[in-house]
Amino acid sequence: MELGLFIVLALVAMASAIAVIIQRNPVYSALYLILTFLSLAGLYLQLQAQFIAAIQVIVYAGAIMVLFLFVIMLLDLRKEEQRAVKGGYQLLIGLLLAAILLGELGLVFGGGVLKGVPGEFSPEKVSALGNTQVVGRLLFTDFLLPFELTSVILLVAIVGAIVLAKRRLD
Amino acid sequence: MAADYAYVGLFLLVGILFVVFTIEVLSRLLRPSRPNPEKLSTYECGERPIGGSWIQFHVRYYLYALVYIVFAVETVFLFPWAVAFHRLGFFAFIEMMIFIAILLVGLAYAWKKGALEWV
Repeated sequence: MELGLFIVLALVAMASAIAVIIQRNPVYSALYLILTFLSLAGLYLQLQAQFIAAIQVIVYAGAIMVLFLFVIMLLDLRKEEQRAVKGGYQLLIGLLLAAILLGELGLVFGGGVLKGVPGEFSPEKVSALGNTQVVGRLLFTDFLLPFELTSVILLVAIVGAIVLAKRRLD
Repeated sequence: MAADYAYVGLFLLVGILFVVFTIEVLSRLLRPSRPNPEKLSTYECGERPIGGSWIQFHVRYYLYALVYIVFAVETVFLFPWAVAFHRLGFFAFIEMMIFIAILLVGLAYAWKKGALEWV
């Protein structure tokens, strides 16, 4: 059951991710990206990361996709739709880079380079307390500085976008 | 826990099937099909559509979306804070106030620069 669900979600995620890059219409690409995000949210749920799953839907499938769609509308990609994919050397380089990336992934995940250190919160403890509460407790104690830095990054994002957009408005 | 999410999944599935079945199957069987050029034209609030739908949107939409994202992310951080608050105490309250204050600077800047005005 669990494995079957994983296979379905993984296949949907991969198929929609491929559809994102194959689609000629950028708006369709964006819609397929939503499907990718939703199936990733399902995979997070399977990993017992309910908080991340909810965030994936609210922030990525919601807010960030709205931003993506507005950027697509802003850029006016009418011509992009008609442009044919160039074959030849581009395809060759792409396949080569994909093969290198696959090798790297195999090295990292298969070679045991990634070995986590068991922390204070074991999986049993996390499911007893609730995912969100554990995230909250760690975020506001051990990871306080990254949390506060997030607000600065968001501030830079607002100011930067306004400075750039204002130049176009005036 | 897993059973609760099974309900969510079931609900999702039934919801999708409900829409697909009523629109694609049921309505196809029930509705009469008598198309004419007027009926098949694009509906735009009762007006005749002017030009194509591929127009360049104004940059203002982008600004609104960006400000929306910033406050969506803020809400995301408020949620675990609220859930864990009874264990964190007063210090966490100060932390969150600093966080919100820094973001309010951004909102004040956007407001002052007129990014929230629709001219």
